[in-house]
Amino acid sequence: MALFDKFGKLAQERAALVQAGLNPFGTRIDEVFSPTEGRIGEWRVVLAGTNNYLGLTFDPECIEAARQALEHEGTGTTGSRMASGSYGSHVALEAELADFFGRRSAIVFSTGYLANLGVISTLAGPGDIVLLDADCHASIYDACKLGGAQVIRFRHNDVADLERRMLRLGEPARNALILVEGIYSMLGDQAPLKEIVEVKRRLGGYLLVDEAHSVGVLGAHGRGLAEELGVESDVDIVLGTFSKSLGAIGGFAVSHHPEMELLRYASRPYIFTASSSPSSIASVRAALRTMRARPELRERLWSNARRLYQGLAGLGYRVGPQPSPVVPVLLGSSEEGVAFWQRLVEHGVYVNLVPPLAAPGGQALVRCSVSAAHTPEQIDHIIQAFASLRASFDGVIAKA
Amino acid sequence: MISQEKILERLFFYLNRLAPPGASIHPDIDLIQELGLDSVKVMDLVMELEDEFDLSIPLNILTDVHTPTQLAQAVFSLMEHADGVVR
Repeated sequence: MALFDKFGKLAQERAALVQAGLNPFGTRIDEVFSPTEGRIGEWRVVLAGTNNYLGLTFDPECIEAARQALEHEGTGTTGSRMASGSYGSHVALEAELADFFGRRSAIVFSTGYLANLGVISTLAGPGDIVLLDADCHASIYDACKLGGAQVIRFRHNDVADLERRMLRLGEPARNALILVEGIYSMLGDQAPLKEIVEVKRRLGGYLLVDEAHSVGVLGAHGRGLAEELGVESDVDIVLGTFSKSLGAIGGFAVSHHPEMELLRYASRPYIFTASSSPSSIASVRAALRTMRARPELRERLWSNARRLYQGLAGLGYRVGPQPSPVVPVLLGSSEEGVAFWQRLVEHGVYVNLVPPLAAPGGQALVRCSVSAAHTPEQIDHIIQAFASLRASFDGVIAKA
Repeated sequence: MISQEKILERLFFYLNRLAPPGASIHPDIDLIQELGLDSVKVMDLVMELEDEFDLSIPLNILTDVHTPTQLAQAVFSLMEHADGVVR
């Protein structure tokens, strides 16, 4: 088989799916007017498929901070964190994150994906055991593969299943790394973290929570699900990203374990890539200040999330298991999903289309992401667009 | 200890539930390329086998597994070495 022959099946599937019209898996957003509005081709759309939970991408303070950093520190560091890529601002952001989370230390990575890769693959190597929730993000699966630990998967959000697998492992479970997420990216549901912590207290293990979708979203201060449920001291490591609530790009890990600092010398995804640009770091620092100072953003986000969730459920769509800023709408096949997604764009709404392979349950879904920056009128516009398609897709929705 | 044939028999039971309707399943069929399972379904299959045989089966074995026969061999081997790190 020639090198590129392996893509033959993929090419056929792609051609069959996107025969005409817009491609949901390669959408070009031609203009961005605000955190919640853009233009795709001829359609002006409400952006409801971003992860811009607090709407900070156009925050004046964030933009000004980034502009200042551009002028004074340049466009990029052109170096690894281990070499010339650790500026004062990178280190300052780490101190601010450690302070925000009340942890001993923080490490900043160049993306959220690299944070997962860098921490998990370095901590859990050959001879170690990882227990991961079945619905964990691809970056966590990739990290496990890179690290080479023995990977045991438990059923999504099923604490009894986790416990059964830990009991089966016996003594080695006491040293296992348990991996869960605060809010799961596809269904918008939350981990049963209190119950997981109970299992950990009884059977041991280390608990890592990826709060990528829950920082800025959950908890009285926005520290995520662990804060929301009052179990922060039982969580060994929190991972997070700058590319959602904090409106830029990058990732981080915070922990109370002093040994975490040594990852800087052992983590290949930390060492062998360039560090985040100074402007990105500066805007994240400003966004973190804004997030701390303006809890009303979180209140507005949840008000919008509940409005959309209830509106879509009220139309008879099958939505996620609980209200969340991530509102999935379950559909049928890939073809039906593409058609639905294209019609939504024509009705002035951009969301994400998730193909069956990436969606729990093996059905296509469209994923709406709510922002604090959405106005109630924009949320109603989204609901109205779904209402307009309800009758045409009745059969698809009934099957979901 | 349970035989490799018995493992294969139980594996077929779960494969029949996961495979597309009407699919012809045989011991040497490629689970992904020929039977059309996706990687998530293969991982789900591993979870079912863990519970069926009360055995920890790390996902790492899937690197070298393409067919039901190979999966049954891998499970059998894990049972034989149940005193290792993963039991």
